[in-house]
Order: sequence, then structure tokens, then C-alpha cells
Amino acid sequence: MPAVQETVERVKRIDVDQYRYGFETLIESEKAPKGLSEEIVKFISQKKNEPAWMLQWRLEAYRRWLTMQEPTWARVDYPKIDFQDLYYYAAPKPKKTVTSLDEIDPEILKTYEKLGIPLREVAMLEGVEPKVGEEDPARRKIAVDAVFDSVSVATTFKAELKKAGVIFMPISEAIREHPELVQKYLGSVVPTSDNFYATLNSAVFSDGSFVYVPPGVRCPMELSTYFRINERNTGQFERTLIIADKGSYVSYLEGCTAPQRDENQLHAAVVELVALDDAEIKYSTVQNWYPGNSEGKGGIYNFVTKRGDCRGANSKISWTQVETGSAITWKYPSCILRGDNSRGEFYSIAISNGFQQVDSGTKMIHLGKNTSSRIISKGIAAGKSQNTYRGLVTAHRKALGARNFTACDSLLIGDKCGAHTVPYIEAKNSSATFEHEATTSKISEDVLFYCIQRGLSQEEAVGLVVNGFVKDVLQQLPMEFAVEAQKLISISLEGSVG
Amino acid sequence: MALLEVKDLKVRVEEREILHGLTLTVNEGEVHAIMGPNGSGKSTLSHVIAGKPGYEVTDGQIFFKGEDLLEMSPDERAAKGVFLAFQYPVEIPGVATMTFLRTALNAQRKARGESEYSTPDFLKKVREVSKSLNIPQDMLKRGVNVGFSGGEKKRNEVLQMALFEPSLCILDEMDSGLDIDALRIAADGVNALRSPKRAMVVITHYQRLLNYIVPDVVHVMSKGRVVKSGGKDLALELEASGYAQFEDAA
Amino acid sequence: MNVAVAKTGNGRAVSDLFASAEGRLPGSPGVAALRREAFETYERLGLPHRRIEEWKYTDLRALVGEVLPLAAAPDAAALKRAAEAVTAHAIAGARKLVLVDGVFAADLSDVKALASEVSIKTLREVLADEANPAAGDLLRTAATDAVISLNAAVATDGVVVSVADGTHLSAPIQLIHIATAAGASAFTRSHLRIGKGVRATLVETFVAAGKASGYQVNDAVILWIGDDADVAHIRLMDDAPDAVNVSSHFVTVGAAVKFNFFNMTTGAAVSRLQGFITLSGEGSELSANGVNLLQKTEHGDTTLVVDHAVPNCVSRETFRAVIDDRAHSVFQGRIIVRPDAQKTDGKMMTRALLLSDEAEADNKPELEIFADDVSCGHGATAGALDDSLLFYLKARGLPEKQAQALLIQAFVGEAIEQIADDDLREHVIGIAERWLERRS
Repeated sequence: MPAVQETVERVKRIDVDQYRYGFETLIESEKAPKGLSEEIVKFISQKKNEPAWMLQWRLEAYRRWLTMQEPTWARVDYPKIDFQDLYYYAAPKPKKTVTSLDEIDPEILKTYEKLGIPLREVAMLEGVEPKVGEEDPARRKIAVDAVFDSVSVATTFKAELKKAGVIFMPISEAIREHPELVQKYLGSVVPTSDNFYATLNSAVFSDGSFVYVPPGVRCPMELSTYFRINERNTGQFERTLIIADKGSYVSYLEGCTAPQRDENQLHAAVVELVALDDAEIKYSTVQNWYPGNSEGKGGIYNFVTKRGDCRGANSKISWTQVETGSAITWKYPSCILRGDNSRGEFYSIAISNGFQQVDSGTKMIHLGKNTSSRIISKGIAAGKSQNTYRGLVTAHRKALGARNFTACDSLLIGDKCGAHTVPYIEAKNSSATFEHEATTSKISEDVLFYCIQRGLSQEEAVGLVVNGFVKDVLQQLPMEFAVEAQKLISISLEGSVG
Repeated sequence: MALLEVKDLKVRVEEREILHGLTLTVNEGEVHAIMGPNGSGKSTLSHVIAGKPGYEVTDGQIFFKGEDLLEMSPDERAAKGVFLAFQYPVEIPGVATMTFLRTALNAQRKARGESEYSTPDFLKKVREVSKSLNIPQDMLKRGVNVGFSGGEKKRNEVLQMALFEPSLCILDEMDSGLDIDALRIAADGVNALRSPKRAMVVITHYQRLLNYIVPDVVHVMSKGRVVKSGGKDLALELEASGYAQFEDAA
Repeated sequence: MNVAVAKTGNGRAVSDLFASAEGRLPGSPGVAALRREAFETYERLGLPHRRIEEWKYTDLRALVGEVLPLAAAPDAAALKRAAEAVTAHAIAGARKLVLVDGVFAADLSDVKALASEVSIKTLREVLADEANPAAGDLLRTAATDAVISLNAAVATDGVVVSVADGTHLSAPIQLIHIATAAGASAFTRSHLRIGKGVRATLVETFVAAGKASGYQVNDAVILWIGDDADVAHIRLMDDAPDAVNVSSHFVTVGAAVKFNFFNMTTGAAVSRLQGFITLSGEGSELSANGVNLLQKTEHGDTTLVVDHAVPNCVSRETFRAVIDDRAHSVFQGRIIVRPDAQKTDGKMMTRALLLSDEAEADNKPELEIFADDVSCGHGATAGALDDSLLFYLKARGLPEKQAQALLIQAFVGEAIEQIADDDLREHVIGIAERWLERRS
């Protein structure tokens, strides 16, 4: 044990003060008044030029929310949130309607540049259309919908996607342009009454992404959203809705950062995925919100509801997440396996350091016949953090032939942190086959010594071991993200080198 | 006398027909070899004779000692004297081999209305047979096939064959996964069990096994049918020319 | 408080139950005050239900609904029936302590034989001893919930056993709980203090005498194990098929102890064993295991919290559930490793075998770890019998039921073989075999 002490010290020092994305963008923004009321809900709806049905939907959610209690079952501890002390709407003040990147405030573009997110298709938006066959096949394209505070600022590659019939746009636009799709699917996976935060989101969500992939279409590029919270005291409530129609495929990437602030900022997103017959959705997240400083001050409260509905036969939904940020993470990307032969997957890396608290996992709800699910969770706790995996696997009476495999492994670095595993495994028919295994261990002294003896520094050795520990999950990420995630993991854990 | 009669057997697995009208007659005392390429339906035949679930017989009949075998449950077939030596004998943790042998033997005897073996007689018999098959006693204390090598598993199958004294032995790919020494020991065990009252069906992909267990009749299977039958020389012919010539015949 | 739950079968308020029982409850005035306090806790909480996380899968409000009135003290006829049950269920060579309908039955117990090796009192006499200022401690436990509070409030009797340091018991102690009455409840509470270096085997048996049915049992066992002791504790619960058994164990384990625990559930319509085992001395080894054999609509819950409070302890848990018909098995196992409990080695393996399409297995294995230099893990599986194994056995001549029985025996055998004592292990195997015979 003592041999690791040095590592522990280093890891303790690095924590979150070295948060790389903690810069603030100085732009004017337009905010709704503080607090939450029917008026604010109406204000948001009006700002978005929403149709009446949407406002009605929001108001119902708001009224429902007033009757609900904040959940307390998660292993997270935080002072009571004053929901009247938050701004529920903040938008970068628009000069005019944004139609292309060059019209976007250069300050915002600089922000994304600093974030290193791939807005490199600026040129294309300026009119340089790619010629078919000229593309470097090794450099895959990514269409990005960037959400700045609460507002979607740019959706790139719109034209090319349109050619394939794929709809990818801010949900605020989709509400106006594709009301039939939105009305049909919005709230069909996460109902407005689902839980405290999801209901709040339903009332006040300001923007997010909307994706519809028509039958038989394989989305020609990765779709991506980058979220960034910039404003002080803002809650960010995005809403994402992805529909993969029969026989289609889409891969969606989500990245998140926030500037460094002393106050806690609330983030309560809802993501709904619907996969119809033979469709597949792959949803990847790299979450790197500001985790708070070395005293545990500040940071994002990330209370997110993500759920996928494998509604059709032979459909598949796969969640991959790399969670390194946020002061508090409360997040359970889940799959409802409704269609026969449908499949759900959850691959997760959750790293906590400093005073971070993570309570994350998944729910695999087997309803259809011959459904299968797979859960691979890797939790790494360092500093004074608490890292909990919480998961439910359930097979209903009629879910004949349901199968699940779960492996959750936890790694502890230092003796002031905690790693916890809370699985619920419910088999309600004899043809269900469930296998679950969990381990908790520390980094092997022998392995560390071996690496150090071969010339690696203590931090490099730890980084190497941790990357090996999470390899199974990293492999699930699209390549561009895997590289970023790997860097992030090193930053989260490496010593003064960071 | 005909011991096993398979008549125009058609078998499906999950909507796909594997056997398309197979006919085969095996008489007492005979050793038949069934050869054929992968996917020709050899193992399916052995599984259907033993009564493995998952196979749907859509047409045809199987008679064993003149009785309709398809009407019997797998354990009834075993008690009647049908023994399948598995290609991949399963591992059963927690069930000691010795317990398993005695339980199975007595269940078969009980089903036939015979008295159960006394423990000393049983032990004596197991010891004799296991010695001849080079099976150490401590192996019999372990769980059935648990931690056994490929050779040990096959020898355990032969041990059971010797103990249960079936009238029909079906050896499904007995040589798979065995080196030459292990194969020789197993084959010697099988040869010791040849008798005028007992028939054997040896299923194999390679001719090699038939050097050790010499058949009276050789059948070639292709695409779910027997496409050629002949004497033991047919196997050598196959070894030289391969299965390709039969692909079209099917 | 939920009013519906506060009613007894006769429609009286639960507080009436307490009032009617109060006169029969032993204890000095100090003890009586403690009981009232415990009862108020119960009144406030009511029977546990599914929204109480620890009782999520065993909703006593839905499954049981009400607490039955206390059973009357057994009369001569009841004791006679109890005597027959004792004969039928006594383990050869063990020394018996018998509780009938919640009351210690000295005549059915081997008090004299035991007295040479251990000190025995009844809970009743200790609680009534006004000169003993510590009597009230017998009603306190490290963890508490509604059913534990109710036990403290209305426990009528139990045994208080103390084994002096260094004693090697020459025979197992068997604590037999017998129900003779129908439609009544028995609340018992026993304390066992095992001295340093002791070697002891404890067996607990829960059975019905004659046709006793529809009764409820709420038992608590508080066990202290001194340093260097080697203790085996086997619990066999085979209450009547329509009975309810809710039992709570509190075990505090000293240093360098070997503690081997086994629980077998074969009876009761609704049962829950909740164990709280704290490893409070270094270098101890815990082996906690159990088998639930459930059929019809039985509901069997085993909940075990193993708390590694100090470094260098090893815990191993092996649990098996065999679930037939519409039965429901619950296993909740939590391994806690406290911040200082470095070098903890804790493993738990739980497997459920579902024999019927309507059977249900709920499994909640938890790890709660606050120390880094540990090796902890759990595994859980649920599924049906392996078809390929069944076919292999059938191909060797075993009829379906016999093939199943053999595989089920092997399945539960992995837990039963953890019992160190040869005779007791054989005894438990016998119970499993009889259950399987009953099934086929």
C-alpha cells in the first residue's frame, strides 16, 4: 500500500484546478429573469416561436413538476438546490438569425476552437462543397450541432445530410418544421411525468438536437452535439430526440464542457432514442463538465435522464459514456428492450477525483422475446470522490429467452475515496439467463513497479494501467472520440505533468 | 437381425432441413462407419437417434429392436440399449463421476425391471473397467468430466459404454481433439466391447479412426443422405480421393 | 402510520396488541420503558413495504398485511405435541434448548447436560431481574428497522447463553423453535456470548408441531464471538407452508475467529432472514452460505450485510436458490469495507435456478467500499437448468425428474459443502434430498 502514496499525493494535487476547459467566453447574452413560474415557461416557449401544443405540453409538465419531490435514493450529497435562484433561459444575444457559421459570433467560434471540436467544415459552409470521390476516406466527417448555454448555435453539414434524407437540426426548429415527428415521439420514451429532473426539463428545455433517419438509411456521417454552459447561474436543459426508422443506422456523439466557476451550475438534460424495426442507434458521450475546484467548490450538477426504446424487432441501442467531469453525476442511460430480438448495450467509464460524486449506471428492461443486453462498467475513484455503479437488469414474465451479461469493475486510487456497486437483478421467468460479476481492486503494486522499473514515471504507470483497465469500453467509442477520451482520462488522473 | 432401422428420415432444425430422407440398417454384431464432410448431417443423425431436443422429425421412422424409437424419451432409449458417445462430453460440476455412474446404471436397470447393482459389485466392475482404460481412481471422484483432458473425457465415455453394456453404440467423432496415443487407448476400449450381440455406428470425418476401429460397412453421407455404401475399402478410397466426388451425387 | 397495517386480524389497533401483550412481557420498569419506546418506533414505521429500500423485494404490507396476536403460553397438550416435534427434529448428539410458541420449555430442553459447559438463563428471567442494570441491553441492537423494533417491544422469551473462554463444547447446541398454535405470533430473542478460544456449534431449527398453521415467527439472535474462537452456526428454517418467519441476526466477530454460517430455507409462505455480521477484529475468516428451496407461492428472502470494520479479514459467501412453481426468491448481499479495513478480501457468489416459467429471482449484491487496498467481488447468475447437461444425463438413462434432481443437488451442493461439520453437512444434504423427493 505505501508505495502508492506518492501517486495518491500527485493525483490529489492535480484534480480539478487544472481543468483545461475552464475559460469563459465574453459575449453578451440574453437571459430570462431568474426563477421558475408559468410565465417563464411561456417566455421560453415564446422565445422559440413554438406552436400552442408545445406550450401546452410544457405547462402540463410544469404543473406536474410542482407536485414532485427531488429523488434522494442516489448516493450523492449536495446542498438543497434553490430552483427559484436559477436562470432558465440564456441565449447568446443574436445579431440576426443564424444560418451559417460565419454569421456566428466569432467569440463563440473561438470557444469551440479552444475546445478543439471539429468545426473544420466552416469552409464548406462558406460554399466549398465537397466533390464526390475527392474526400479523404480516412478522415470521416462529423456533423455538429453546437449548443451554447441553452441555444443551438450551428448545425453543420445540413445540406449533405438533407441529401440522404437525414433530418439533423436544433429541436426548436424541428418543433416548427417537423411537428408531426416531434409530436409523435417527444415524451414517448421519457414521459413528462418520469422523474423530477426530466419533468423539469420538459417544462423548460430550451434547445437540443433532433435527428430523424428515414427507413433504410445509413447516416453518412457521425452526428455530434457539443454542449457548453457559459452563463453564470444558468441551468442548462437540453432535450435530444433521435429516431432511427426501420432498418436505419446512426451514430451520435455528445461532448460537454463548462467554464470554471465557484457556483454550482445545474444541468438537467433529457435524451430520448427510438429505434424501430432493424434499426441501430449508437450514442456516445464524453462528459467533461467542470467538476469543481480542489475544495469541492463549484462544478456542474449533472442530473440527466437518458433512455432508449428498442421499439422495433431486431433493433439495437448502444450507449457508450466517458464521464470525467461534473461535481455530481446522476445518470442512467437505459434501454427498454421492447422489440423481439432487440439488443441493448451500455459501456461506461466513470472517473471521479477531488470531491466529485458519481452515481451512474443503466437499466436494461427486457420485455420482448429473445432480447439481450450487455453492460460493461469501469469505475475509477481517486481523491475524496465517491463513485457508485447502480444498475437494473430485469426480465419480465413474457421476455422469454432474455439474456444479460454484466461486468462492473472498480479501481480505487487512494484511501479517501469510495467505490460502490449496487446492482438490481430481477429474473421473472425461467428462460432468462443473467450473469453478473463485479470486482473492486486497487492498482497492482507489482504491475506499477514493473512499469516503473522499465522507465515509466509513477503517473505514466498509473495512466497506463488505468487505460488498460478501461480499454474494453474505449474500444466502443468512435475513433475521434476514443483519442479525446484517452487524453481526458490521462488529464483527470495524471500528476503535476497535467 | 436388424437392430437399428432408419427409414427415409427427414429432419429439420429451425426451419432448415438437414436430413432429406436417410435410410440405414444396422444388424447385430456389425460395425458401421458413417463418413462425410462437415455439414453432411452425420452428427444430426446421431442426435436424433439419441433423442436430443431441438430436432424436428418431419418424416420417416427409426426402429430399434423392432420398436419405434421416436416414441421414446432419451432415457427410455438409453435403457433400451442406445448409447451415444458424445463428440463433446459435457462437464457437470458438483456431480461426482462415481455417483453419476451408479445413478445412471441403476436407473437403466430399474427401467428394465432388473435389480440394482450392489455397491461392492459396482465398485469392482468400475475398478476393472477403469483400469483397462487407464483411468485413475481419483478421476472418478471428481465432477463428471470437470477438468478432464480431451482424452480423459473420451475414455470416460468408453468407460460408461463398458459399464452400461448397451446393444447399440454410436460414436460421434470420437477422434476429434485426440492425439494418436489417446486415440489408441480409446479405440482399444471400444474394440474390447465388440460382440456378436452389439452393434456400433462410428461417425467420423477422417479415415484415421477406422485404422483402429475396423468397420464392416462404410457409408458415405452427403447433404443429408447416404450416397454410397460399401466395405471397409471404401474408407481408403475416400481418403485418397476426398469427398468432392460425392458432392454432386447428393 | 398506515392504518390498515395497524390492525390485527380481529380488527383491533396494533397498539391493542401491545397493550394486551404488555402484561405478559417480562421486564423491570426500565425494560418496560425501552419496550414502549421500541413499540413507538414500530408504530411510526409500520410494517416494511417496497418503498423502504432494504425491503424493496419483500413487501410485508402486501405479503403479510398484519401482525397476529401473541400466542398464548403453551398448555400441557401443546407441550406434548411440541415434544413429538422435538423428537422428530432433534439432531443426534446435540443438546437441545426448546422454545414453544415463544416460551422456553425447560422440560423439553437439555439444561442439565448443558449446564456443565455453558451458562444458560432465559430472556424472561434476565429481563425481570431488577438488580441487573444491563438487562435492557438485551433489547438493543446495532441495526434496527420496524420488525426489529417490534421484536424488542414484544419478545416474550429466548435464551441467554454464555460460553466461558477456552471452552470446547463437546456437542452442538440446538435451539429449537416450535409453533403449536394456529393464527398467532411468537416473538423470541436470544443472546449468545461466545468466549475467547471457544469451539462451538450452534444449530437453530424452526418447525411446526402437528398441524400448527398460519402462525408468525419474529426471532432475533444476538451473537458475540470472542477472539480466536471457532464457531459454526447452522440455521434450518422449515416452518409450516403457510407460516411467516422474519428473523434478524446480529453477529459481532472478534479477532482471528473462524465463523462458519449456513442458512437453509425450506418452509414458510413468507420468510426473511436478515443478517448483520460485523467483523470487528483483525485476521478473522467468515464463511456465510445458504440455500433457499422454494415452491408453490413461497417467498424467501435472505439479506446479509457483511461489514468489514477492520483490516485483514476474509469473507466468503455462497448462496443458491432453487425456485419452482410461482415461488419468489430474494437475495440481497452487501459487503461493506470501512475506510481503515485495508487488505480486506471479500467475495460473494449467488446463483438462482428457476425451475418454472413463473418463478422469480431477485438479486441485489452490493459492494460499498471505502478502502483501496482490497480485493472484493461478487457474482450473480440466474437461469434455468442447462439443457445440454439434462440431455447428457437422459442419454445415460436417467428419467427427467431424476436428471433434474441430480443437477439440482449438485447446484445446491456448492453451498452445502461449505458446512465444515461432516454430520451436519450430511443432515442438510438429507433435507435437500427430501425436498426434491417431495417435488417429484
